[in-house]
Amino acid sequence: MTTISMAQALNAALRDALEDDERVLVFGEDVGPLGGVFRITDGLTAKFGEDRCFDTPLAESGIVGFAVGMAMGGFRPVVEMQFDAFAYPAFEQIASHVAKMRNRTRGRVTLPMVIRIPYGGGIGGVEHHSDSSEAYYAHTPGLKVVTPATVDDAYSLLREAIADPDPVIFLEPKKLYWTKAPVTLPVRTEPFGRAVVRRPGGDATMIAYGPAVPVALEAAEAAAEEGWDLEVIDLRTIVPFDDATVTASVRRTGRCVVVAEAAGFAGVGAEIAARVQERCFHSLLAPVLRVTGLDVPYPPPMLEHRHLPDVDRILDALDRLQRDDRPDVRYLPKAGAA
Amino acid sequence: MSDRRREGPRALLPSERPVRFLTDGGAPARSRPAYPEPGPELLRRAYRHMVVGRRFDAQATALTKQGRLAVYPSSKGQEACQVGAVLALQEGDWLFPTYRDSVALVTKGIDPVEVLSLLRGDAHCGYDPYRHQVAPQCTPLATQTIHAAGLAYAERRKGTGRIALVCVGDGATSEGDFHEALNFAAVFKAPVVFLVQNNQYAISVPLERQTAAPALAYKGVGYGVHSEQVDGNDAVAVLAVLSAAAEHARSGKGPFLVEAHTYRMEPHTNADDATRYREEKETERWRRRDPIARLEAYLRRRGHLTDEDVAAVNAEAEEFAARVRAELNEDPRVAPLELFDHVYGTLTPQLAEQREVLEAELQAEEALR
Repeated sequence: MTTISMAQALNAALRDALEDDERVLVFGEDVGPLGGVFRITDGLTAKFGEDRCFDTPLAESGIVGFAVGMAMGGFRPVVEMQFDAFAYPAFEQIASHVAKMRNRTRGRVTLPMVIRIPYGGGIGGVEHHSDSSEAYYAHTPGLKVVTPATVDDAYSLLREAIADPDPVIFLEPKKLYWTKAPVTLPVRTEPFGRAVVRRPGGDATMIAYGPAVPVALEAAEAAAEEGWDLEVIDLRTIVPFDDATVTASVRRTGRCVVVAEAAGFAGVGAEIAARVQERCFHSLLAPVLRVTGLDVPYPPPMLEHRHLPDVDRILDALDRLQRDDRPDVRYLPKAGAA
Repeated sequence: MSDRRREGPRALLPSERPVRFLTDGGAPARSRPAYPEPGPELLRRAYRHMVVGRRFDAQATALTKQGRLAVYPSSKGQEACQVGAVLALQEGDWLFPTYRDSVALVTKGIDPVEVLSLLRGDAHCGYDPYRHQVAPQCTPLATQTIHAAGLAYAERRKGTGRIALVCVGDGATSEGDFHEALNFAAVFKAPVVFLVQNNQYAISVPLERQTAAPALAYKGVGYGVHSEQVDGNDAVAVLAVLSAAAEHARSGKGPFLVEAHTYRMEPHTNADDATRYREEKETERWRRRDPIARLEAYLRRRGHLTDEDVAAVNAEAEEFAARVRAELNEDPRVAPLELFDHVYGTLTPQLAEQREVLEAELQAEEALR
């Protein structure tokens, strides 16, 4: 077992995939000799040659469209969008072609390809370098949308994404790139579509994904000091969504807080809250709350801490979970409590 | 890659005037183009496909009036381009068509009912792309150009010797993907031919509002792409230039851009009204350059086409149209539950739930019958 960073785990996943399957190709902007601006492709061109890992012209729509053609031609492209907001020029390719090719051709043409996107804030990036763009992709049928929160999952989910027969939007929480954990590679965790309980608890369920998972865990520790026993679920894959794990947990705890970095309005957090209400209504003891980014364009670096969900905001939400919203009712005890 | 010798811009430039072998009346043009003239057998095949294609096109237009097709963008006037594109390809080569290239698909041998699925509305793509090496007809503009570049590069990497030919219209040359595709194709030396059918209008917007370039063919030089422009209503010239372009790509010299000057004789689709933006005089001028009439006149003049040949081709076209008519007059079967079959390789739990709901709705409807 060695201790490595999430960035190193992703690098190892790409290396092992290139090793195992000669159809796998890695390309994008600066992914060649430089190894990518976050060094996720470090050393791959040196090891596998520039036929397998190569730089392209600086054009995201071109990169994704070229990958579509190469996938049609039998390759398994893994392309990098340099930053979340720089993937937008590729959106037409992603929404109109990547997501739909299987469907338009009634399963005759499939696109096994991965679009890796470093996303989210928290690293002091200047404008256009910190977007949480997951809702755009999750709202597009035909795409799988994956985001790891742990070093193990970074490796395992990326390997699974590359092996998957469908196109995968692989969202890498850039603020977690440098988090470290001991792992033994090649590690395989749960498959796509399976959420994981990162912290078991009985009083309320916190649901998070990607960069919000460590924040939720930290909040759960802080809340423990206030007597809350919180469960934290890491979704891992936004699409496919694991209703079963989420529903089982909330039915047990009766309370739910969704934590997500993205702006809350019409976001993935809203979808999760809606699903929980639909499936757990009769078990709920409080409204499902969301702790999300503000509904503002991503702020400049000096203000991003005002935008991102943090422990305090989560604890405030937990406070609200305890109360009935009728002013004359002070506290609604948990079902079955003495 | 940095030490790659680049060709001077002159080698990439198109001819100053569109290449033509035929006069508007179908006589041999006075000056001989630098391209070898296609042989009579190929020209006779082209003639046959153009006549059948036009009859198919007229039949499809008629089917929109009967409500059998939701919409049909006509190829009339562009038969030399669409047939030329297909005949310039070899077995295994790929075609990336737009929604206006139905005549090309029929020429490629795809079942006409499968071709018209998209426009009838029973499926997004009625044919198997891998069976015919034809990508789905693309409705967004120019997005498929970059797919063609990627696929051609994949073929090059696999060493198959196959190429791709991608069709776009004049309007699509303003889209970013067209430029990204030329650029990627050139940088990666992808064996792909870009065929711009410049039919003078993007729905209602004329070419002069689309570009200030001397010709669309000049858009290749900035990307290092060999380029040519051709009289798109001269089937001999189209075949000569596209065959040379395909050979260029196949021999490893990289992509090739061809602009074919042609004209959309019909409105954009049956839902359009062309009288709002163009003069009948203009359409009449282009009618005198009709690609089928020109080729027929030329082949007759050269003794490669007789009255009997023409009658036989027309009979074949009528027979083909009758079949299309009969088959399209049948109500298509659509299977609602198939909506869920091809979203992902395996159903997600959410789609499985929605499928159950729809299945129950269908059963309830069935019970009421």
